[in-house]
Amino acid sequence: MKLKQLSLFLENRSGQLREPCEALAKAGIDLLTMSLADTSQFGILRFIVADPDRAKQVLEDGGMIVRITEVVPVQVQNQPGGLARVLAVIDEAGLGVEYMYDFGSACGDGTAAIVFRFEDPDTAIAALQKAGVRILSGEELLS
Amino acid sequence: MSTWNDPPGGFHPISAPDFMPRKQLAALQLQRLQSVVARAYDRVPLMRSRLDERGLTPADVTSLDDIARLPFTVKTDLRDTYPFGLFASPMEEIVRLHASSGTTGKPIVVAYTQSDLDVWSEVIVRAFVACGMHRGDVIQNAYGYGLFTGGLGAHYGGEALGATVIPISGGNTERQLMVMADFGVTAICCTPSYFLHLLESAKETKTDFSKLRVGVFGAEPWSDSMRERIQDESGIRAHDIYGLSEIIGPGVAIECTEQRGLHVFEDHFYPEIIDPDSGEVLPENSEGELVLTTLSKQAMPLIRYRTRDITALVSEQCACGRTLRRIRRIGRRSDDMFIIRGVNVFPSQIETALLRVEGTLPHYQIILTRDRGLDQIEVKVEVTAEVFSDEIRKLESLQHQLESSIENILGLRVKVTLVQPRSIPRSEGKAKRVTDLRNL
Repeated sequence: MKLKQLSLFLENRSGQLREPCEALAKAGIDLLTMSLADTSQFGILRFIVADPDRAKQVLEDGGMIVRITEVVPVQVQNQPGGLARVLAVIDEAGLGVEYMYDFGSACGDGTAAIVFRFEDPDTAIAALQKAGVRILSGEELLS
Repeated sequence: MSTWNDPPGGFHPISAPDFMPRKQLAALQLQRLQSVVARAYDRVPLMRSRLDERGLTPADVTSLDDIARLPFTVKTDLRDTYPFGLFASPMEEIVRLHASSGTTGKPIVVAYTQSDLDVWSEVIVRAFVACGMHRGDVIQNAYGYGLFTGGLGAHYGGEALGATVIPISGGNTERQLMVMADFGVTAICCTPSYFLHLLESAKETKTDFSKLRVGVFGAEPWSDSMRERIQDESGIRAHDIYGLSEIIGPGVAIECTEQRGLHVFEDHFYPEIIDPDSGEVLPENSEGELVLTTLSKQAMPLIRYRTRDITALVSEQCACGRTLRRIRRIGRRSDDMFIIRGVNVFPSQIETALLRVEGTLPHYQIILTRDRGLDQIEVKVEVTAEVFSDEIRKLESLQHQLESSIENILGLRVKVTLVQPRSIPRSEGKAKRVTDLRNL
């Protein structure tokens, strides 16, 4: 249901993304999905891996600051209006989305997975499930 | 103070002490030193206890050399006795207070009796005259007015000279340029970096400042190469003025038209150069820390005040004829204080501001730059695990909180940049907190 996401602080200058990616590569950790939020001065790299605790350790050993946040993977119909329907449910429940990004649309069954960071994940999950929206499990995504 | 008629040759009678024979000056200094030490001893408990500890009384000052036996006064003495603990006059006699930034958010307060203000005006008149200014000059006073001593010091001095003073204060470049052109400004007082900024803007807007002849620049360190640049680009003569609020404000020393060091108004401020580590008085021409004693101050006499400014005293006769000794242009300090846009800043003030927001002190670095003549401070702050959020708006809010916390303490806008952990170089021993890239 809820998934552990790692966030990393980066300065907005060239070469900054390389160091964490190399550290993860060395440890044999695969990035399942990632998103980069940036301002003119700094950025936040958010990503999901199969073993978040080990990834956190690896990065912290390299002197980086890592935060683990819970995010919610939601199944969305991979067709026009699919995402809009999910967002309508969230909006009508009076809930806020901090940020969201794509987990990959290559599910063969015509659905896509979107990762949401909600202000209040538990209420959001309840509202989505009530409206018939499927929340994906970690196993489904990570397998 | 009355104004004076200008005799031929631009000599102003108020400047007579500048040309006093050394022997006569020394006699005057000794007489004033004895009376200021007595005043401080009688009226300021801290001064009395410092002398008592050494078994000294004012009567022990029998020659100028005896000054070396007296204890120093330091900036923390002003802070520790905040606000009025070093005053030697009752409030009924104090007519003005000024304040400068302090290290813990509390300012340092300085006081003036009417007689102190008259001395201040007198030394500013003498400074302006030494720069070749006179009655009829139109002075654009772009030093900040307010608690800072620069604005009002230059203001009253300019009026006492008999010049026309425009109290425009700092900022608003467009209006500064309009006034400069329309009012036929002949002399300007401001920080050298602000003048460079005005100069560049004047060129962009094709402002006519052909009447401008003299600039009296101070309140921040600058260099001979900066002077050359100002003089070459503007055609004016640029003078360095030195002073500090604790002693009186601007007007402690001035560069004459020879521009080879700053004459100290020694009849009011007695200069010594000491070794900043041992406190020993150093011989002439040696570089060391400037120590000043206010010889005629009433409201707040300071004995052997350690300025932390590094310079040397030169007694060789100046070609201008002044007998006053000169100090070399001040380029650095013996502590980690820096001066930006006329404001004295200690890294500890920035630490206080960072602590208030974050609770623990992050690694930080202060970077000083000069962008088109304007000094800028950037504070790089390492992001710690405690404050890191995965939301942009929370980090931006942290950045703004840090900026306003620093601004609250310094009274200056600064730019805070969040940087990665361990990205600021760690130094062995004493951390080098300030990187000055201003090419002073």
